[in-house]
Amino acid sequence: MIFGLTVAFVLVAMVTVAGAMGAAVMRNVVHCALSLTVTFAGLAILFLQLDAQFAGFAQVLVYVGAVAILVVFAILLTRGVGTSLIYVFSKQWTLGLGIAAAVFALLGWAVLKSFPVSGPVAASEVTVKDIGAALMNQYVLPLEITAVLLTVAMIGAVIVAMPEKKVKEGEQ
Amino acid sequence: MTPLAAYLLLAALIFAIGLAIALTRRVAILVLIGIELMLNAANLNLIAFWRFGPHPEALTGMMFAIFSIAVAAAEAAVGLGLVIAYYRHRKTTDLDAMTRMKG
Amino acid sequence: MMAQETTGQAWILANLWLIPAIPMVAAGAIALLKQPKRRTAATLAIGGLAISFLLSVAAFAHVLSAWGHGGATRDVFNFGWLSMGETSLQLGWVLDPLAAVMLVMVTFVGSLIFIYSVGYMAHDENFTRFFCFLSLFAGAMLGVIIANSLLLLFMCWEIVGLTSYLLIGFWYHKPSAAAAAKKAFLTTRIGDIFFLLGIAWLFSQTGTTLFYNYGAGAIEPGALAALLAQPGAVGLTAAGAIGLLIFAGAAGKSGQLPLHVWLPDAMEGPTPVSALIHAATMVAAGVYLIARVYPLMAAGAGPGQTTVALTVVAWIGALTALFGALVAVAQNDIKRILAYSTVSQLGYMMVGLATGGVAVGMFHLITHAFFKALLFLGAGSVIHGCHDEQDIRKMGGLRAEMPATFITYMIGMLALSGFPIFFSGFWSKDAIVGAAHAWPGSQGPFILLLVGALLTAFYMTRQIAYVFFGQWRGHDHAHESPRVMTVPLGILAFFAIALGVLGTPLWPWFTAFIQSKPLEVDWHGFSEPGLLPLMSFATLLVFIGLGVGWRLYGSKPTRSASELDPVARSLPVVSGWLANRLYFDELYEATVLRWYAGLAWLSDWLDRRVWSGIVSGVASGFGGLGWFNKAVDNEWIDGGFDKGCEELVTGGGLLAWLQAGRAPGYLRLLGIGFLLLAGLALLVGAVSGQVRL
Repeated sequence: MIFGLTVAFVLVAMVTVAGAMGAAVMRNVVHCALSLTVTFAGLAILFLQLDAQFAGFAQVLVYVGAVAILVVFAILLTRGVGTSLIYVFSKQWTLGLGIAAAVFALLGWAVLKSFPVSGPVAASEVTVKDIGAALMNQYVLPLEITAVLLTVAMIGAVIVAMPEKKVKEGEQ
Repeated sequence: MTPLAAYLLLAALIFAIGLAIALTRRVAILVLIGIELMLNAANLNLIAFWRFGPHPEALTGMMFAIFSIAVAAAEAAVGLGLVIAYYRHRKTTDLDAMTRMKG
Repeated sequence: MMAQETTGQAWILANLWLIPAIPMVAAGAIALLKQPKRRTAATLAIGGLAISFLLSVAAFAHVLSAWGHGGATRDVFNFGWLSMGETSLQLGWVLDPLAAVMLVMVTFVGSLIFIYSVGYMAHDENFTRFFCFLSLFAGAMLGVIIANSLLLLFMCWEIVGLTSYLLIGFWYHKPSAAAAAKKAFLTTRIGDIFFLLGIAWLFSQTGTTLFYNYGAGAIEPGALAALLAQPGAVGLTAAGAIGLLIFAGAAGKSGQLPLHVWLPDAMEGPTPVSALIHAATMVAAGVYLIARVYPLMAAGAGPGQTTVALTVVAWIGALTALFGALVAVAQNDIKRILAYSTVSQLGYMMVGLATGGVAVGMFHLITHAFFKALLFLGAGSVIHGCHDEQDIRKMGGLRAEMPATFITYMIGMLALSGFPIFFSGFWSKDAIVGAAHAWPGSQGPFILLLVGALLTAFYMTRQIAYVFFGQWRGHDHAHESPRVMTVPLGILAFFAIALGVLGTPLWPWFTAFIQSKPLEVDWHGFSEPGLLPLMSFATLLVFIGLGVGWRLYGSKPTRSASELDPVARSLPVVSGWLANRLYFDELYEATVLRWYAGLAWLSDWLDRRVWSGIVSGVASGFGGLGWFNKAVDNEWIDGGFDKGCEELVTGGGLLAWLQAGRAPGYLRLLGIGFLLLAGLALLVGAVSGQVRL
């Protein structure tokens, strides 16, 4: 127990943060994407640690399984001929860094200075059945909306990424 | 430090790192990666609060997080499609070169 | 009102308004006809007036029966016309002996003249228009007669004036006719202004314009007593002053001095018009009006006295009588002689009213209507027969060619001259002369009237001699007029003789009827002191006039048209004056008209220079204002606006660097914004105590 936290937590946290930092500083974009995948996995473990098993597995399935692959594909599709000699960081990277640091400071300060929440530490048993029932009863509306959203997003993405037809010159 | 505070701090750190990626890197896709990281940090926040909150049996926090995951995935797909479309036109994904909206 | 009157008799009173209304409706119907329907127009007009005649006879019979029963002979029918708050203006009509005789006379003579016009205007292309106007005139004149309210009378009076204008200027394309019509209208208008003032004054003093209203009328004893109680000036009471104002209107319509100038010029109209309007009826309207308001003018005079108002009337009438007779001596137009004769005879009527009362004046009016209409229609027949020649010097010897016209004309002439016994004119004129002699005011009118009688006989003989005796001095042959024209002449001639019966001292029917006194044969009528000597003297004067006239004109007939008149030869200067109508028109021309023209010029100058100048000035002012506005707009406002826009562009340029179009920049801004917001939220939370800092 380091600072009242379990060792497992500290380890996983360090892995996650390392992955995130990797995504931030690596030169090769593909390396960034892979590092991101490590982060996603770390987060999944953290979810599991928090007794949100379904969320954890959903995280693995969706993020690690789909989003990361998608990002890699997109990077490969937009890579251009040869490794481009792009500067890694943009011209005003200091400002961006400063803002990020300020945000972290603010949030950290808010967390550390708040009242301690004294809630039940005991975990509750959440079964998939419960989740399914909740989805169908309380959260049926968000469920349906999300379904619509996913459909729309899929169609939209297809349309956006579709190659345009060449316009015939005489028809303008 | 309570466990909750530790998780929250971690989530804040990941959030800040994601923000830094979005604000400082030059490749368009990395901005999207940064956004995904930020969303994930928010999810972590949600789950932590759910776990250490007063009513874990209400499932509110977890459901929120699950929906967030779904929406984030959809948004990532669309965003990447946009980047691909832009790349087709301009043959580049350099953010600093994307100044066509100037003026 | 007698309660046991049958519905038939009371009906005529309630429907008295039909008498003027029917000819007016006929006029309206004719106006709506298409032009060439001559027979329909004539039928409508004559039929309308004939129906009015029958109704007038019925009214006359009603009054007669009321007189015979010894009851009240005056009936009124009043109705409210306009209510202004609490007071209301009442109108109405009255049926009394005065109105009854006038109704019968006007409708009868009018009908005859209408029938005559069918023949006279047969060749005129505006036949229907003529009958429309004639009918309208008849309706309006009848309205004047039965009006019980000064206001209603004035309204019909004005319509009469209008139709007179329309008929005098009937041949409007003749400039002289149009000018004569305008002159008539304007001259009578001057009189009407005073008339209206009189009405207004009377209304303000008595509160009503009704003549008779069961004791509350404006000329009934109650109102008169109130008027007399007011202070007067120069011996003139308020009643007398009002009466004189009304007399001014009557003087205009009846051609008294000095408003007589329109009457001779009015001969420009067709002869039936002259006969109807300017001999028998319209000019008589003035006399009728004075007869109506006689109580007003005679108020305040006891027996053996006379009022100032009546004195004025008598003197003006006498002077008019003399003037008309004098000028008639030197005229050469057949109608002009008759016109001045009418002026003169109207003067007689006014003197009769002023000195002898309503009956005396009205009797002469009635007889005069018949024989003057007869004379005018006869003159028309002569003109028609001489192919529209009107100068008597170019006529002559028509006795043989136009016998019917000659005989009837002689009868009319003798009646007008006052030839004794057989002719109505003698009785009526003698009554006036007798009244003037007995007048307590002065003997001046009496003397003037006698001179006038002499001159009347003289000029009428002159006219007859020129026209009917001697040789024919004209161009083509003359011919007799058709029967449709000569039959009315005959009828009128009959009445010119017969009416005399009604006014003899032996049997004073007319006086008794008008005054509603019981009538009895007065066997001692002729033995009144001074009556027979007076009558003989007047007759002597008439014979002298006839004799002198015959001697000068008849016994030595003029041979050619250019031969000088004997009077003109012997008294050239006087004759010249008379021929020029004593220069009244020239006098007016030089004074009133010139002054009026000057006023008109001044008004025009004022309008064109001053008022227009002001308006132009205001307009220029606005123009200047507009120019200034434009300058301000261009320089300051537009310029300022442009400057402002330039500044905006510059400012926009400065701010444009924000819009670099680079997504990371926007993101950074987002980040900064988030920081600020979050900081703010935490601060607020800290302040409210939810966040422990």
